Amino acid sequence: MTITQSVTKPQAVRDERVSKRNPFQKLLARPEVGALVGAIVLFVFFASVSQTFIQPNAFATVLYGSSTIGIMAVGVSLLMIGGEFDLSTGVAVISSALTASMFSWYFSMNVWVGVVLALVVSLAIGFINGWILMKTKLPSFIVTLASFLMLTGLNLGLTRMIGGGVSSPSISNMDGYAAARAIFASSVNIAGVNVNNTVFIWIALVAVASWVLLRTKVGNWIFAVGGDANAARAVGVPVKSTKIGLFMAVGFCAWILGMHNLFAFDAVQSGEGVGNEFLYIIAAVIGGCLLTGGYGSAVGGAIGAFIFGMANKGIVYAQWNPDWFKFFLGLMLLLATIVNLYVKRRADASKG
Amino acid sequence: MNANQIDQQQLLSGEKDPLTHTPVHLLSLESVGKHYGSIVALTDVTMAVDNGRVTCVLGDNGAGKSTLIKIIAGLHQHDAGVLNVMGEERKFTSPRDALDVGIATVYQDLAVVPLMPIWRNFFLGSELTTGFGPFKSLDVQKMKDITKKELADMGIDLRDVEQPIGQLSGGERQCVAIARAVYFGAKVLILDEPTAALGVKQSGVVLRYILQARDRGLGVIFITHNPHHAFPVGDRFLLLKRGRSIGYYDKKDITLDELTAQMAGGAELAELAHELEQLGGHGDIVKEVQAEVADVTENAESPRESTPRHL
Repeated sequence: MTITQSVTKPQAVRDERVSKRNPFQKLLARPEVGALVGAIVLFVFFASVSQTFIQPNAFATVLYGSSTIGIMAVGVSLLMIGGEFDLSTGVAVISSALTASMFSWYFSMNVWVGVVLALVVSLAIGFINGWILMKTKLPSFIVTLASFLMLTGLNLGLTRMIGGGVSSPSISNMDGYAAARAIFASSVNIAGVNVNNTVFIWIALVAVASWVLLRTKVGNWIFAVGGDANAARAVGVPVKSTKIGLFMAVGFCAWILGMHNLFAFDAVQSGEGVGNEFLYIIAAVIGGCLLTGGYGSAVGGAIGAFIFGMANKGIVYAQWNPDWFKFFLGLMLLLATIVNLYVKRRADASKG
Repeated sequence: MNANQIDQQQLLSGEKDPLTHTPVHLLSLESVGKHYGSIVALTDVTMAVDNGRVTCVLGDNGAGKSTLIKIIAGLHQHDAGVLNVMGEERKFTSPRDALDVGIATVYQDLAVVPLMPIWRNFFLGSELTTGFGPFKSLDVQKMKDITKKELADMGIDLRDVEQPIGQLSGGERQCVAIARAVYFGAKVLILDEPTAALGVKQSGVVLRYILQARDRGLGVIFITHNPHHAFPVGDRFLLLKRGRSIGYYDKKDITLDELTAQMAGGAELAELAHELEQLGGHGDIVKEVQAEVADVTENAESPRESTPRHL
């Protein structure tokens, strides 16, 4: 491609209108910075009003509460960056737990068979959500609302049909239960403080998701399909597989949390989970993910979940009326979305 | 002066490619057509693209320009005629197919993701990676360096390739998109109305990059509805109207005025002036249009009458 150059190569001219950004300004441009400031303020606030809040055991409880939201928030954040959201996550967690327990119980099998089957089912739910979405091009709100309702019905209906009750039968005396419990629902003693396994799983998931998002091809594609799916397709990004993959990642997170729910107790209430999908979405949004897609981070979702955990437990430790919790959560959500909106406006400022 | 159309039979068989000196064109279309349901979008269009040449496709809104490039770019499939790439018949099923044979398109809406950093946009869909197996990670530093260098070569210094591409001006984003196509070894560069939304100065910048791309040996297809942008950079001009080719000229056979006249049609402009007058439009504008009508009709008389409607 080296042909004689007849056009003079223009000299690169530094644009004097743009001043160099200092590291502090760069930090402010990160998606999760609003949530981080919020988390610090909240931490200092609860630490000052409640003596118990900063004690190691209480803090481990806060972390545990955060992790049960945070594990799902990882998948939901990625999905939201990819431009979609999923209303079926709350009940999908329960579907996964029910699959594992009902299957192992009904066929009297090792619970690990049920655990593996639950993983397959969870991934399949994600795949079907994504596939229908891509085939029909309907908004994800409609598609996942439908799967939310269907899963809610299936959870209740199948549990009663197979087990004859509203909760799954206890599987605590079955083969493999102890091992599965040790992985999904036990705790590790660190310097006299019991930290639940889910906290470590949560941190590991956030780390992997961050790496994928920022340092791999797939991460680049996730930002692209959420930011502008048509543009992404035009430069050769496999939009459909990326989005379906994201729904399956959410399914994977639902499986982990579902297994935790199952092995923390040994039985699952079939009507549970309804409404939790909003908590995951709230965590992602507080953490700086744009509802419209293309912007956000996995760490942000984790901070969002941590804020949720702190507010949830902090109110109890401060001995306030927990009635106020939902108000508080709503306020956080509103503030966070306003900050996000401002960020997006600034990024779009010179468009067109 | 009579504008001579390019003899299509001669074009597709006789003429030699200026770079390879073989009678094989980089890209050629023979009687290509496309319809969407019962709507005929394109009929019997023939054109050729060669290395180091700029082919301009001109036409008003709805002339079939977009359909034409979508066929070449692999977004749609033609349902009549033949599309040849390097003498081989092809039918693209996806944009990836077209990209793989070296056909890159810079779309009107730019095909960039506004919220993503410039370097991520530059390499989107063709990311560089290091490492093995499941631990392949992006080679971030290398990608940033290449982006910076490629853009500097095009004459834009973007300080920080980490800033969202949405913060750039329209012209700068066009240049990033063109630089990207050139860097990834495009042989054919399709530019879909790159100057449509730009001011005078920025249009000039983009036109200069078109010439740069041409001088690097790319075959450029420049879609526009502005003959004033097309004429200075183009080597061949294909005029479309309502899905049909109404003329195909070499630069030596046509003048800017003739091109304008062919595109607009003197009678239509006259009608417009009349209409504006009746509506009590702004005096200056009406005068301007009238002056243009006088200009166009004068120049257009002969070619318009003799234009062979070969379709």
